Amino acid sequence: MSITVSQINKRFGSFAALDDVSLEFPSGELVALLGPSGCGKTTLLRIIAGLEQADSGDVSLDGVDAAGMHVRERAVGFVFQHYALFRHMSVFDNVAFGLRVKNRDQRPSETEIRRKVTDLLTLVQLDWLADRYPSQLSGGQRQRIALARALAVEPKVLLLDEPFGALDAKVRKELRRWLRQLHDELHITSIFVTHDQEEALEVADRVVLMDHGRIEQIGTPDEVYDHPASPFVYGFLGSVNLFHGRVDGQSLRVGEHAIDLPSHDLANDAAAVGYVRPHELQLLPDDGKTQGGLPARVLRITSSGALASVELSRGEGEGEHLEVTVFRDTLRQLGVKEGDRVRLKPQRVQVFSAESAAPLLAA
Amino acid sequence: MAATIAHGWFSATDTNRRKIATSEPFWVRALLIALAVSFFGLFLLLPLGVVFAEAFKKGWAGYAAGVLNDDALSAIKLTLLVAAIAVPLHLVFGVAAAWAIAKFDFRGKQLLLSLIDLPFSVSPVVSGLIYVLLFGTQGWFGPLLADSNIKILFAVPGIVLATIFVTFPFVARELIPLMQAQGCDEEEAAVVLGASGWTIFRQVTLPNIKWGLLYGVILCNARAMGEFGAVSVVSGHIRGRTNTMPLQVEILYNEYNFAAAFAVASLLALLALVTLGIKRFVEWRLAASGKQQAFIERGQS
Repeated sequence: MSITVSQINKRFGSFAALDDVSLEFPSGELVALLGPSGCGKTTLLRIIAGLEQADSGDVSLDGVDAAGMHVRERAVGFVFQHYALFRHMSVFDNVAFGLRVKNRDQRPSETEIRRKVTDLLTLVQLDWLADRYPSQLSGGQRQRIALARALAVEPKVLLLDEPFGALDAKVRKELRRWLRQLHDELHITSIFVTHDQEEALEVADRVVLMDHGRIEQIGTPDEVYDHPASPFVYGFLGSVNLFHGRVDGQSLRVGEHAIDLPSHDLANDAAAVGYVRPHELQLLPDDGKTQGGLPARVLRITSSGALASVELSRGEGEGEHLEVTVFRDTLRQLGVKEGDRVRLKPQRVQVFSAESAAPLLAA
Repeated sequence: MAATIAHGWFSATDTNRRKIATSEPFWVRALLIALAVSFFGLFLLLPLGVVFAEAFKKGWAGYAAGVLNDDALSAIKLTLLVAAIAVPLHLVFGVAAAWAIAKFDFRGKQLLLSLIDLPFSVSPVVSGLIYVLLFGTQGWFGPLLADSNIKILFAVPGIVLATIFVTFPFVARELIPLMQAQGCDEEEAAVVLGASGWTIFRQVTLPNIKWGLLYGVILCNARAMGEFGAVSVVSGHIRGRTNTMPLQVEILYNEYNFAAAFAVASLLALLALVTLGIKRFVEWRLAASGKQQAFIERGQS
């Protein structure tokens, strides 16, 4: 089922949770609503489910206006951050709930229900827990049961509100792979809300980035990561190094140095900020032979696994802090140590005007 | 995890030392315990014993005579009738009020909360007087009621009204914090799954609050049967007609009919003991479900 929301507005008191949001969710896709807390992503999800009313704007499900549709008529499955399992019911009864509360003429027989619930529990690989109670399960198990319960009523849309937010890192990673697999099997239109950019980029077909109740960018994970549309998106999708300077033709003047820029539409001599990801800064030893690049001094090297993160300072004393990520092997070959002078060559730069970058810098 | 390790560490090495470090000398402990026990005996056990001792002073026959005469029986009946009306009403009202306050946001929520608490903060005598001022012959509705020949004051309706007023907060007050702590997640999950409002209440909300609800009902019932002040003001003390058990006890006592007074009082005391027993059981159940709740929350963090 496709979902269209158009010109949705929602305020809580003086706080604008959603500000004129229009979006389309094509059928069968897994879409992530990504943004910092308070950006309105959960509110949007709850409005689509019908758990919250928009102040203005329309939601249509499969082209049908949902305004007059009650939550229970919308055929959505909803998965809550804190599972919301019925604590006094066994796992089996939890999953069977949606089938048992159907009207008599639509309700499957008890044997049919039993078969279906067992199938679903097998699907989420927890059929051996049917007689347990929610309090006896781990967080990851509870969320899988919650998912089975949501799927039991054969929803046309699956809405997941920070489904892995309450789980620890390892389980979270496992479960999101598993969710992706499940989606590939079922192809049910799914929207999931998250504030974890790694999770969104890894799981989703498309990512919708939100901030302050507005949509910042929509695209595939590669698109939004490689071509962020705004300084906010750049900063939110992983760490980034900033170079403040002035535009000078096809380069950015940073002090007495210059960085080559790709095509841009900024005026000459305009104040601008260059954005470079830590792995897109090339690290070269400053042995006098190296030409170009920006001089910097290595402050600290921390390594985790195959990668090393190099913390640098530009200019003398404290200066501006920069971060470069390189393979540890590369670092060893270069022979760079803490305290060394190096030169940095940006491999890929995106430039934004200083005004558009300002709100991000203030935050 | 860290806590368990730390705890294990201490208990392995320091149990004995800590016992000494945190306890008082023998004579201090003995004195404190003796003080507590004698206080408990003097102010609780002794009066309770006296009630039953006095009730049975003239033997079983005297006891039966005190309890089984017409006036006493009608007082018992009236007390049961009042409780039978007030408690179910509060059951419905308390659940409705708690549901509204805990699960919805609306204007005047704080005002409603304060109003529910009002009977706790007003003296029962004043509660009774309110009804005298409303329904008495000099009261606001007095002439109107006299014209249509409806008796509220000094009759059963007045007693029921006064009892309802003083027992107002019990059920709602018990449920509101419980329902607020539980939140709306489960109800929302149920409605998304297609359950109707009534089904959600019956299958999701009610099972989660049943022990708290029972606890509130028990307290409400105990107060409804034992209420003296407010009922005394509106009852008129007509023997065999508007006397509840507490009022009957007072009348008998004032007539120096001690054996009968204590016999009726012993019934009230018995009721209190039974209530206490059930209350303990429910509290134990509540704690058990609370522990389960705490376990769930721990799992989430």
